[in-house]
Amino acid sequence: MIDVQNITKRYGHHTAIDRVTFSVAKGEVLAFLGPNGAGKTTTMRILTCFMPATEGSAHVDGFDCAAQPMEVKRRIGYLPETPPIYQELTVTEYLTFVGQLRGINGPNLTSALDQSISRLELGSVRHRLIGNLSRGYRQRVGLAQALLHNPPVLILDEPTVGLDPKQIIEIRELIKSLAGSHSVILSTHILPEATAVCQRVVIISEGRIVAEDTPEQLSARLRQSEKVSVTLKSPPKDCETTLRGIPGVLNVFPGQSDGTFLIECTLGRDLRDDIAQCIVSNQWGLLELRTISMTLEDVFLRFTRHENGLPQSVEVAAS
Amino acid sequence: MTPVQAIIAKEIRCYFVSPIVYVVGGVFLLAFGLLAESLVTAIGAYAIQMMQMQGGSAQVNLNELVFRNLFSGSRLILLLILPILSMRLFSEERKLRTFELLLTSPVRISELIAGKFISVCLIYFGMLTLTGIVPLVLALFSDFDWYPVLTGYLALALLGSLFLATGTFASALSENQIVSALLGVGILFVFWLLGFLGSLLGDTTMGHIMSSISFMEHYDRLVSGLIDTSDLLYFASGLALMLFLTHQVIDSARWK
Repeated sequence: MIDVQNITKRYGHHTAIDRVTFSVAKGEVLAFLGPNGAGKTTTMRILTCFMPATEGSAHVDGFDCAAQPMEVKRRIGYLPETPPIYQELTVTEYLTFVGQLRGINGPNLTSALDQSISRLELGSVRHRLIGNLSRGYRQRVGLAQALLHNPPVLILDEPTVGLDPKQIIEIRELIKSLAGSHSVILSTHILPEATAVCQRVVIISEGRIVAEDTPEQLSARLRQSEKVSVTLKSPPKDCETTLRGIPGVLNVFPGQSDGTFLIECTLGRDLRDDIAQCIVSNQWGLLELRTISMTLEDVFLRFTRHENGLPQSVEVAAS
Repeated sequence: MTPVQAIIAKEIRCYFVSPIVYVVGGVFLLAFGLLAESLVTAIGAYAIQMMQMQGGSAQVNLNELVFRNLFSGSRLILLLILPILSMRLFSEERKLRTFELLLTSPVRISELIAGKFISVCLIYFGMLTLTGIVPLVLALFSDFDWYPVLTGYLALALLGSLFLATGTFASALSENQIVSALLGVGILFVFWLLGFLGSLLGDTTMGHIMSSISFMEHYDRLVSGLIDTSDLLYFASGLALMLFLTHQVIDSARWK
């Protein structure tokens, strides 16, 4: 549905995005993760034909963004970072205007309007001026605008910003419900959002794609060892050496607080029992023992800190 | 409704919910009315003087003495207020980030400009229609030739459209509405000065070039009741040039 090949965007000498290549299948939800200024918005703006790429090509539903922008624009619903709303219009007036801009008229417009208003639960505010609405409602009006013409492709730039937790869950549910019938690209800072909503994650840093996979695969790829954190009541000085003596333990690091140690074990082996037995038999006082799994947050930080995306060893802080 | 009609409707709606139309319209009508009032008063005094001197009824030419001066004086009012009316057209969209919505909708830049330009022209023509009360009231009490009055209105409409096209261009240049308005006034003022310098230089090549570039001479000819194709062509091409430049500015802004 969306096919991006080696797009580069330069602003003078500054390269905003550098040879970005990815694709989105029909009905797939793809998350764009990256720190501020990574090039997420630029990529989205190129896909929505807001600006042309310096090099490379982008296709939406088989249409070239540079050569057939009208065809592409007809197939895309776009929610920019700041919802593009007119404060002096009411919700209905605004959505009517957007519909007419997209060439929807008459009974089609009325039904599209009703559908999109009910989908985003805007019924109670439909006759109020957008300028008087709360931030959460404005964001939803922005989303209603993107969904109005029921486009096959949705591009959402940080769709849950400014919403309260309940609304965030509702919007995520909405995006999930769109999967299958719509192809969705969304950018986000909120990592659990990517895990919750998306089938695939693209991590972008300094204009380059540094990783692309499912959220689970990404954390698995980075996990080169299992980690166990233990907290001991009275650890002797040589306990690190003793712990290293357990077969399968690769390394032991002192943790952030006193008596806490991080134990790195061979991948695929659960050494919790061995470690516990060792501690108990030495009477060090076992207070806590738990495995540390890598969250998407850790994955994200690793990829965006090390540009090559190939970390040598994963050292997850005990946080 | 076509996208252009949708843009026109939305722009007019936005104009009327903002104070700008009321302020600009009010100032324009007030200035036009005051100018007309002072001209008529002056003519009245002049007519009484004439009657006393000639000892009978005096024929004063309202076309020459009132309307011509009224239309000439309106130039300055338009130059100062019309860029204020058009300043929001693109500046506001860019400031509020609604520009992204417009440019990612299946609407051509030319349609966008057309919609916005037509909407602001309609508002201006509405204001102009309201000034029609001046000749209508004068027609109740005196006799004058309607033809030069109508060409005067045509001149006002054409000049105003050219000013608004210039204002639209200025609006595309900046995100800041105040800057856009000042730019618009500045550009128009340069053309005003060209006309002034042209008339100072008189019958020289440079003088002719300057006069024909400026709107002054073309406007004056229309106001005097003379409809010349070359003047109409001047306004049409000036308008087209300004709108074309607007198109170029918006299109090139996408590349930055």
